[in-house]
Amino acid sequence: MDGFLLQVFSGLASGSIYALVALALVMIYQSTHHINLAQGEMAMFATFIAWALIQAGVSYWIAFFLTIGIAFVGGVLVQRIFIKPVERAPVLNNVIVFVGLLVIFNAMAGWIFDHVVKSFDSPFPTQSPVLNSYISGHQLGTVGVTFGVVVVVYSFFRFTPIGLAMRAAAQNPDSAALVGIRVSWMLALGWGLAASIGSVAGMMAAPVLFLDPNLMAGVLLYGFAAALLGGIDNAFGAIVGGLLVGVIENILGAYVIGNDLKLTVALVLIVGTLTLMPNGLFGKNVVTRV
Amino acid sequence: MKLLEVKDLNAWYGSTQALFGVSFELEKGGITTILGANGAGKTTTLRAMCQTVKTSGDVSFDGHTISGESTDKIVRLGMAHVPDGRGTFTGLTVEENLRLGAYSRTDKDGVAEDMERMFERFPRLKERIHQQAGTLSGGEQQMLAISRALMLRPNLLLLDEPSFGLAPLVVQEIFDHLRAINETDHVSMLLVEQNASLALNLADQAYLLETGKVVLSGPAAEIRADESVRKAYLGY
Repeated sequence: MDGFLLQVFSGLASGSIYALVALALVMIYQSTHHINLAQGEMAMFATFIAWALIQAGVSYWIAFFLTIGIAFVGGVLVQRIFIKPVERAPVLNNVIVFVGLLVIFNAMAGWIFDHVVKSFDSPFPTQSPVLNSYISGHQLGTVGVTFGVVVVVYSFFRFTPIGLAMRAAAQNPDSAALVGIRVSWMLALGWGLAASIGSVAGMMAAPVLFLDPNLMAGVLLYGFAAALLGGIDNAFGAIVGGLLVGVIENILGAYVIGNDLKLTVALVLIVGTLTLMPNGLFGKNVVTRV
Repeated sequence: MKLLEVKDLNAWYGSTQALFGVSFELEKGGITTILGANGAGKTTTLRAMCQTVKTSGDVSFDGHTISGESTDKIVRLGMAHVPDGRGTFTGLTVEENLRLGAYSRTDKDGVAEDMERMFERFPRLKERIHQQAGTLSGGEQQMLAISRALMLRPNLLLLDEPSFGLAPLVVQEIFDHLRAINETDHVSMLLVEQNASLALNLADQAYLLETGKVVLSGPAAEIRADESVRKAYLGY
């Protein structure tokens, strides 16, 4: 039983990283109906920036928040420079741009920071203050940080005028323009936010997975599975999906299929969700009166 | 004094030209209606005011030249648009829709006050304040769309077929409200309608569009008396 609980808790910890990636994916999907395939690599690159800052002597939490800020600006720039020109183009053009971005970020990270695997220290104590036989300090910290991000993002969308404007622009861009919202900039802000959220996921993943240009390759798949499982257009679903995927993956890995086949779980979930319930757990069938 | 002056307006969808040298005017405080059959260019004319289609020609609004300006700047000058299909944010609540209408305003107190005034005018919206806008009836959605536009405290309200898809009684109610809004709030209106008789009753000036050109214009009463209009658009 203890072993089982241990697996559940560590599943929740990795699941919260998947949840963050899923949240970033959902954020961009909601406004553009595209899956940003480069989300993971952008997060990885941001994590390298955090690493470089820490190497340069910046204290962890300052580097943490600086990285979030830099990722935000980076996300906005990526949207303005690379995505805006294909905004109205067919899906395939967008996919190609995303794949291009993925390769560019991956190659740039290798070029600037090389391919030697680096350790990335956790800001949290090794020992968890509570339940310390089931969960490590970093795992608890990861869950806590994720919770913090979710609260901030939720409050932003729920309570601020800009958040409302972003929701409006995502839902009905034509009408949003007619009330004076600059829709294209709202998309850019969405990219910035998604990049910031992704960067947090990267920084939380790096102490466990170690930092190299392929840090997020697997995580992105889990994040994608999480987003689909939760319902690709639902932010709440992304969080629940992330936690579920983390726990399922861990338990199956420990008791059923072994650690080597863990990534298969993500793929099975993706295919399973898409075939059996394409709307996911919380994705809605849009119902309106005419 | 003229609130809106349009001279030689052309508009395109891609390479297809939809308006050909349309000119019209709107007095401050007045209601001008644009009539015409399907595809005559009525909706395009409204879209051209907000620059959501490609245009050329001179449009001056409240003393500003707005041709070539961005939509959000034009909105900030006080032009509110109730688009065809109402443009409701169906997934957001009634309250959020109204708050979005006031998005470009900075006076918080005034916005709260105006929201109360909308609820006084349309009590049914208040009952449904936290409901998703997509769940409202057609008439309620039209009231919401008009309220959302008024939340801007506009000088000019562009209305694209406010009668569309509504029961005759509801249409009458909406048009009564429009008249009241024009009289008490002094909001000028540019009204596009298929229902010519309704529109001519409300408006003081009327323009008749045919395939992207103005073919007839004058005071609403005169247009109503015009025999060809009566036969073609009023049906008696």
